[in-house]
Amino acid sequence: MRTELLIWLIPLPPVLAFFLIVLFTNRSKALSHTIAVGAALLSWGGSMVVFWNAIRTEHFGEHPFESSINWLPTGDTWLKVGVLIDPLSAVVLFFVAWTVLMIFIYSVGYHNYGQPAGDHDHAGLPPHGATVEEHGHSHVVPSIEPMYSRFFAFIGLFAFGMFTLVVSDNLLTLFVGWEIMGLCSYLLIGFWYAKPSARNAAVKAFMTTRVGDVFMLLGISYLYSATGTLSFRAIFTETVLHTLATVPSGVLGLSAAGLIGLLLFIGTVGKSAQFPLHVWLPDAMEGPTPVSAMIHAATMVSAGVYMVIRMFPIISLDPKTMTIVAFVGAFTALFAATIAVAQNDIKRVLAYSTISQLGFMIAALGIGAYVAAVFHLVTHAFFKALLFLGSGSVIHGMEHGVLHTGNHEVDPQDMFNMGGLRKKMPITFWTFLIGGFALSGFPLITAGFWSKDEILADAFGNGHFIVFATLAVAALMTAFYTMRQITLTFLGEPRTKEAEHAQETPWTMTTPLVILSIFAMAYGWVGIPEDFMGLHLRPSWFHEFVGSTLAEHPEALTFNWIPLLTSLVVALGGLGLGWLVYRNVNSPAEDRLQFGFLKNKYYIDEIYDVVFVKPAIWVSEVLVSAWMDKGLIDGILHIFGPATGGLGSFIRNKFDLPFINRFIGDGTADVTYWFGGKLRAVQTGRIQQYLLFALVTFAVIGAAIYFFLLA
Amino acid sequence: MTGEQITFLVVALVVLGSALMVVTTRNLVHAALWLIATLFGVAVTFALLSASFLAVVQVVVYIGAIAILFIFAVMLTRKDMRDQGPQTNKNWWVGALLAVLTFGGLFGLLQGWSGLSKTVAAIPSGFDAVSELGNALTSFNGYVLPFEVASVLLVAALVGAVYVAFNRK
Amino acid sequence: MVPLSWYLILSAALFSVGLFGVLSRRNAVAILLGIELMLNSVNINLAAFWRYGDVMNLAGQVFAIIVFAVAAAEVSVGLALVISVYRRRNTVIADEINLMKW
Repeated sequence: MRTELLIWLIPLPPVLAFFLIVLFTNRSKALSHTIAVGAALLSWGGSMVVFWNAIRTEHFGEHPFESSINWLPTGDTWLKVGVLIDPLSAVVLFFVAWTVLMIFIYSVGYHNYGQPAGDHDHAGLPPHGATVEEHGHSHVVPSIEPMYSRFFAFIGLFAFGMFTLVVSDNLLTLFVGWEIMGLCSYLLIGFWYAKPSARNAAVKAFMTTRVGDVFMLLGISYLYSATGTLSFRAIFTETVLHTLATVPSGVLGLSAAGLIGLLLFIGTVGKSAQFPLHVWLPDAMEGPTPVSAMIHAATMVSAGVYMVIRMFPIISLDPKTMTIVAFVGAFTALFAATIAVAQNDIKRVLAYSTISQLGFMIAALGIGAYVAAVFHLVTHAFFKALLFLGSGSVIHGMEHGVLHTGNHEVDPQDMFNMGGLRKKMPITFWTFLIGGFALSGFPLITAGFWSKDEILADAFGNGHFIVFATLAVAALMTAFYTMRQITLTFLGEPRTKEAEHAQETPWTMTTPLVILSIFAMAYGWVGIPEDFMGLHLRPSWFHEFVGSTLAEHPEALTFNWIPLLTSLVVALGGLGLGWLVYRNVNSPAEDRLQFGFLKNKYYIDEIYDVVFVKPAIWVSEVLVSAWMDKGLIDGILHIFGPATGGLGSFIRNKFDLPFINRFIGDGTADVTYWFGGKLRAVQTGRIQQYLLFALVTFAVIGAAIYFFLLA
Repeated sequence: MTGEQITFLVVALVVLGSALMVVTTRNLVHAALWLIATLFGVAVTFALLSASFLAVVQVVVYIGAIAILFIFAVMLTRKDMRDQGPQTNKNWWVGALLAVLTFGGLFGLLQGWSGLSKTVAAIPSGFDAVSELGNALTSFNGYVLPFEVASVLLVAALVGAVYVAFNRK
Repeated sequence: MVPLSWYLILSAALFSVGLFGVLSRRNAVAILLGIELMLNSVNINLAAFWRYGDVMNLAGQVFAIIVFAVAAAEVSVGLALVISVYRRRNTVIADEINLMKW
């Protein structure tokens, strides 16, 4: 079939899976996961075919796969929606398809498929273990998640949202996918809805990203009103870009392009958890680990960066916007890295690490390093997904230990309860190590090295020294806290009984780890710069391929030793320092970096609570609900009842009773009675009187007749 | 003024005077007796009108029966032998007024009539009023039916009077 | 030579007197007396019209005969009633016989 048709079909299997599971197969766990994983497999297959076709096409950047239909009639023109696979979306589609598939397979094992139902498991709470009789003695084993099918339905919908976003050729359907993922993040973070912390985290995630989405929608509207179209291919033409660059927007001295870019960027600040809208991402660790992997590596946060990359031609038109972008990115990178150093929960460290790495990508875009940003996006997706799934595996192993000892006070996610897990969970250890090294930028053999090095090289080479220095420090801290994490978790000796009884996880969980680790190592090699270390290598395939997306093919930088050395020092130094410091630290008390303001994330959540949340609650509860609604509106309504009652009784007592009833009604009766009383006096029973009356009347009538008729 | 006219005036005077006494006298027996006088006067009037049979019947029936009946009734309905209290009721002046009005009305009605001053025609000779009256009362071309009906009426009155006044002691 | 009008005036006067008696007398028997007078006046009228009209037509006299019969019947029944009332109510004053009032 034609590639364009295939592209239309790629988002379809996951959404079909969603509907099928929700409507029909909710009861059957096996059927649900089969449908879901099958759908992911189909989308993966389609994506691979499309990707293969894309890289084989000559000058793909000039002839991307595109197909659109007329959708909305708007006056004399149509708003078109359709699909577009150009080099950028091709590489993004590649990693999205792989990571989605890996996460789907992983989820089967993570939610303990094949295990018995729990002793007292409720839907809405994490599973708590089932007692099993075996060989005469009973022990507790992990139990299957009660809401198993629901999970697959939701991640199916999530995958649909991401695929839609990636293949769309216009901002409208991109935004549709964006919002679907926002909804799914709410549904999935709050998956265990009986936990108040999960519920609050879900609401927080949705609300915070919503703030960003509002600004993004403003940007889309402004773009549409300025250009009359939302299709990428139509916007990114010389004339349109020139118009946008020169028309002033009237806000902050920005041109139209600058304002649009800024507004759209704010959407990414929300979605990709940059400062100041980063607060939702650490709390989002309340969701199951596959969700964290999905949201924080494969899809949602990547979607934010993807959108900025896509809109790069517009954003790059205004230097002010670019400066803001670079600043936000660099600041966030350093800011989040400092917080990550003081976190004890294995998933929290990764969460802040994600924020920090996204900052790297945003900063790269801010300084114009287009290809470097895309490269880091792709490699980060692989190794961060690997790290999250690995952490999930660790937590699973720890939970096994917790079920074994029966001590539920122990938090299986606290790194200070772990230790020595490299012997208990070897596959997890080696894959996590590869992922951690990739994150730190371990030279040559990890993908992270190549992508991070390119960013630093671009920063240095284009003269953005402040950004360079900031990112270098952030990279140092990244390596440091990563090694801290690996040391505390895997190296040394087990610190608790639970860690002693940890076990390796089943194949459904370890296989995706292995596959992702291969990518985490090998993917970097497609982006080796041409003149690396002065050698004359083949031109970087990635650079050529992705660079052709832009109308002006970005130049490859000439090699410079300083950024390379900086990244070597930073990476190896950070790793070494982390190991040295933490190999002897066994409790939080011994950890000298547990500063209060770092542990409490610089108290930003508390500040937001006072500045935004509490006033909003006050307005809604007191101002609107109590004063306006109950007091004013209900007060007015409550006047109507008594007023009408008063009017009614007034009319009744002052008019109806005295006048109508007594005067007219009773009065008529009384008058008639009085007349009757008077008239009956005539009937005296005396004959002579009757005779008299008769004769008088006769005389009168006779006289009348005589005088009027006869005379 | 002819003799006829004078006779008539005298008789009229008697009749009217007696009638007035009938309606004004206190003593009821006297009233009955005055009624007899009036009836006599009326009989003479009949005779003046050459209605001889009527005159005789007047005396026999009216005076001989009806007036006597009145006297019986007066006797039977006296609480005591003395007549006390006024004999007219409260509104007698209305009655008087009406009587005057009636007379005035009748008199006024008579004024417009042309045949008022007709004089009497002579009775044709050989005309026997009584036998003619007898023929008229009994012939089928005449008034036999009213005659018979009047007889039935008298029978009914007889039975009724007896029954009403019957003293069931 | 007596004109008809004289008889008629006599009859009218007698009638009025009888009317006066009927309307003003207290005693029930006296009322009946007045009625008798009125009937007699009618008789005079009838006879006068017979005499002063067509003598061959005896309708006037016949009518007067019928009036006699009627008067007799009426007086007898009336007096029987008065006597019966007197026996019950012990009174013959017309104003006191007023049970058929409101």
